[in-house]
Amino acid sequence: MNKLKIAISGIIKNNPTFVLVLGMCPTLGTTTSAENGMGMGLATTAVLIMSNLVISLIKNLIPDKVRIPAFIVVIASFVTIIQMLMQAFVPALYASLGVFIPLIVVNCIILGRAEAFASKNSPVDSMLDGVGIGLGFTLSLTVIGAVREILGSGAIFGVSLGFANYTPLIFVLAPGAFLVLGYLMVLFNKLAKK
Amino acid sequence: MEISYFAIIIGAIFVNNVVLAQFLGICPFLGVSSKVETSMGMGAAVTFVMALTALVAWPIQTYILVPLHIEYMQTIVFILVIAALVQMVEIILKKLSPSLYQALGIFLPLITTNCAVLGVAILMIQKEFNLLQSVTYSVATALGFALALVLFAGIRERLDFEDVPKAFKGIPIALITAGILAMAFLGFSGLV
Repeated sequence: MNKLKIAISGIIKNNPTFVLVLGMCPTLGTTTSAENGMGMGLATTAVLIMSNLVISLIKNLIPDKVRIPAFIVVIASFVTIIQMLMQAFVPALYASLGVFIPLIVVNCIILGRAEAFASKNSPVDSMLDGVGIGLGFTLSLTVIGAVREILGSGAIFGVSLGFANYTPLIFVLAPGAFLVLGYLMVLFNKLAKK
Repeated sequence: MEISYFAIIIGAIFVNNVVLAQFLGICPFLGVSSKVETSMGMGAAVTFVMALTALVAWPIQTYILVPLHIEYMQTIVFILVIAALVQMVEIILKKLSPSLYQALGIFLPLITTNCAVLGVAILMIQKEFNLLQSVTYSVATALGFALALVLFAGIRERLDFEDVPKAFKGIPIALITAGILAMAFLGFSGLV
């Protein structure tokens, strides 16, 4: 398979958020601002690339019956590493993402790619798949975060756009997450049809 | 910690509803909630597993991880505990109560990947609850999950008969409906 194609297909054609509708919990829970969305996306991407690589390397050593628990242990180890790194180097982001960082373990995107791609393909292809899907996820989260931040707090990446006093706060609160994601999906469906 | 059990229960079911305010367990919320009956089954299964998880995870955290200073192993240990627990519940139910197994059976494997279960286990440790408070919190959260699921299923059953624009069909309209439901739940904020 074409190497570039593997990496690119995750961004639009197999976009994990808008097309595959996977990993909805962090998508809704962490996108209160563009920065938080991007941080969550990048953390997930890092775990995805590393777990895809390792699972692809050890795929022949794991008996088929205990495949899923073994994958989960690999993923959980990388999540723990990322958790410690974030706590040390970006404590503010770590605090605002909260419980969603350990919950990367149960993000169905990661286990899904391990099962569907990494357990069947070479280590290099698996890493590229991780890069593509991870970037697609990061992009979606950043866009959702940006829309919510602009509408809800009148800013983007923390830079005020000058109408902060006139914005409906609802978009930063829980209902806004559902509404923004719903309407963005409609938009994506419309554009993808053309 | 001086938190009354009443406050924990109301807080977990209504104010900080696990699905509509904390965004945990969205996958089963969107996937399973197309019929009221299946939603109730899923809600019951989750309540059962969450209560057990609290009963097992709390002692492990307090008597093993903390004394050995390996709290960072929490994520790995908890996910293994939950996976093992779900497997065990499945085996035991099959032997002891085939009728209950029939009712809950298909939902059990789905629960391991329900992030609400792991999320609640981590949150109850973060909030520094004692064992009884943790179990109360878990059960109340699960009831909140069941409530959101059943309410949403009721709405979706009606939505099936509506003429929804093509681009909105399926997940998008479900998300927008959930948004409106979440708005209703905002009315509970500040209650506790």
